[in-house]
Amino acid sequence: MEAENNVVCPLIQIKPGERARMVGLRGGKWLVGRLTSLGFTPGVELTMVQNFGRGPLIVSVRDTRVALGRGEAAHIIVQRNGA
Amino acid sequence: MTESALNSLTDSAAHPLARHETPLIALAGQPNMGKSTLFNLLTGLNQHVGNWPGKTVERREGTFSLDSTPVRIVDLPGTYSLTANSPEEVIAREFILREQPDVVVAVVSAANLERSLYLVAELISLPSPLVVALNMVDVAEHEGLHVDVDILQTALGVPVVPMVATRAQGVRELLEVIRQVLNGERVLMPRVPEIRSDHRQALQDISRLISGHVPPPYPTEWVALKLLEGDSELTKMMQEILPAEKWQAVHQVLLNHDDAQMAVASGRYEWVGRMIRAAVARPPIGQISVTERLDRWAAHPLWGLIFLGLVLGAVFWVTFTVGSPIQNWLETYLIGGLISWADVLLRNAPFWVHSLVVDGILGGVGSVLTFLPILAIFFAVFGLLEDIGYMARAAYVMDNFMHLMGLHGKSFLPLFLGFGCNVPAVIGSRVIDSEQARLLTILVTPFMPCTARMAVVAFIAAAFFGPYATLVSWGFVLLSLLMLVLVGTLLNRVIFKGQRSAFIMEMPLYHLPNWRTIGLLVWQRSLAFIQKAGTTILFLSVIIWVLSVLPNGDLNSSILARIGHWVEPIGRMMGLDWRLTVALLTSFMAKENAIATLGVVFGNSQGVGLAQILTSTFSHASALAFLSATMLFIPCAATMAVIHQETGSWRWTVLNILLMLVVSFAVSSAVYWIAVALRV
Repeated sequence: MEAENNVVCPLIQIKPGERARMVGLRGGKWLVGRLTSLGFTPGVELTMVQNFGRGPLIVSVRDTRVALGRGEAAHIIVQRNGA
Repeated sequence: MTESALNSLTDSAAHPLARHETPLIALAGQPNMGKSTLFNLLTGLNQHVGNWPGKTVERREGTFSLDSTPVRIVDLPGTYSLTANSPEEVIAREFILREQPDVVVAVVSAANLERSLYLVAELISLPSPLVVALNMVDVAEHEGLHVDVDILQTALGVPVVPMVATRAQGVRELLEVIRQVLNGERVLMPRVPEIRSDHRQALQDISRLISGHVPPPYPTEWVALKLLEGDSELTKMMQEILPAEKWQAVHQVLLNHDDAQMAVASGRYEWVGRMIRAAVARPPIGQISVTERLDRWAAHPLWGLIFLGLVLGAVFWVTFTVGSPIQNWLETYLIGGLISWADVLLRNAPFWVHSLVVDGILGGVGSVLTFLPILAIFFAVFGLLEDIGYMARAAYVMDNFMHLMGLHGKSFLPLFLGFGCNVPAVIGSRVIDSEQARLLTILVTPFMPCTARMAVVAFIAAAFFGPYATLVSWGFVLLSLLMLVLVGTLLNRVIFKGQRSAFIMEMPLYHLPNWRTIGLLVWQRSLAFIQKAGTTILFLSVIIWVLSVLPNGDLNSSILARIGHWVEPIGRMMGLDWRLTVALLTSFMAKENAIATLGVVFGNSQGVGLAQILTSTFSHASALAFLSATMLFIPCAATMAVIHQETGSWRWTVLNILLMLVVSFAVSSAVYWIAVALRV
């Protein structure tokens, strides 16, 4: 379980209610620019609000709820908060 | 930023570079921070809505008086940052750098301080003096967040004014601070964020390389920072300006620091974090907010869709139950009254003057204007849903469905607006951030059944199908939506090669409606509609009228009738005779004209209602074909005008018209022959 808890994965794998720390962001300058200005920077704490395994998801970052398409969310790399 | 940059910026901020004769204030802020509410509060109806030159971005400017001197205020587009991710961001920063406003007011939300200060971190690095309007302190207090204004203001080095714009609290204090800054009574010592330490050297290197080459009004340090951020506009500009070997050197530095974009953003958030830690007392986390509770339903993939369906049903119910009687009343008493008044007044005028006024202007523009109440109610309900924050949820739950067409949820908002009128819908496509998705949305917008088309359907369906009229009407709405999806999917495959655009959208907190904002929105949209009616529609009404009276003053032998006869062979394939074909053609002017034209064509047969004449003249199959054609026919003149304005291209406009022609012809022919085969 411990190994799984600390695993680095794309944001789409995080379950609702789960928290994760952002470690990286892949993608073009436009996408990176868009996401960083909304608060997605490395080290920030993210909370998954809604993720039904398909369709867009809602994630809370810096007290803001942001809806992301799955394609966009796949570009955000996070580390699960194993505690 | 380096020490020297900090000093020079502080200097310029303390001594504004240019004092405008009439003081100029720029209002900046991220979306959903209450910026528009504040703008409306300050200017009231003293505002002008236009476009930024050469851009399809709304520009709002207004005036108000401060100590009995007039002040100009410009509402900059809402942006999350000042990097060239979108035209809005470029407009905002170019305005501040070029127009050098005497004060920039940054609207931030106390309930969302961390993210909203990000833009402040950018604004504070620009030369214009900055004042921070700390809005929504009531929402923050409600959530247990307390912001210490004095500490925040000391930490930022610029004035911070707490306020609740929706209740007009703190406005007087804000104006007083603006006055002090304008009069130089308040010295600002802005604390500018620094880049993360591992990129400081890179920033200095680039600054040194471009120094002396940066054209005014851009500050050198700022350009260097934007180059590190990978800003597309400024990269292009400097690449053109710099000598080749210098650009090579800059390019090399940028290559060595390909993570600089994130480092700059992180640097700003570190700065923001310091401000917040100093000034904000945070409550223990764990309480569930109202927004979270509502979203469990409104944003749920299943319940959310059902909820949206109920909301849509309610919107139409309210719009038509309240609006239709008013429209009928206006049609009968106002337009009818005006016509009989004109009859009396123009008794002795030449025949053509009488006909121009009664048939051309009152019959054309007049009947279009009777739709205003229906539209105003629709705009109000739509504005209410938008203002309380629901429309973002509607966009979210519709995202999956919109993906069928390669669009995403945001396109749902303008399309929905299209149910009222296609004109604001085409303009509303500006909320979509990708150019391609926006174009596709515009191209499918004319398939949205607007209230004018629904009026035609309601009239014809009631005449021909009696008890089944409602069912038939809904059928035609579904037919239009089906065609919208089919055409959208096809266009996306063929023209845009199935590309998908990114879906990134803030879900704002729900809040109570602000009636002032909604009222102004309804007012502005209605005004735009009246202006269109007074210009484009008036012009076309007169042209159609001319065609219908020349050369003999009789419709049945007029040019219009000849055109009708000429294209009748095409009409026949859809089961339409020349009269229905002419009615369809005149619907180009305004959709509901179809009925008016039929009224004129059958005008001779007196004493019998139009509905009765129609049912005794045409078959049910022809009626169905005529309705399909009307629903899907080329966009009305006003819509076409805005399609051209918003796409900035005749090519797309013409393509759109051809597309609609083909679709309406194909579908209504199919409907006609199927109806004939089934002996409807």
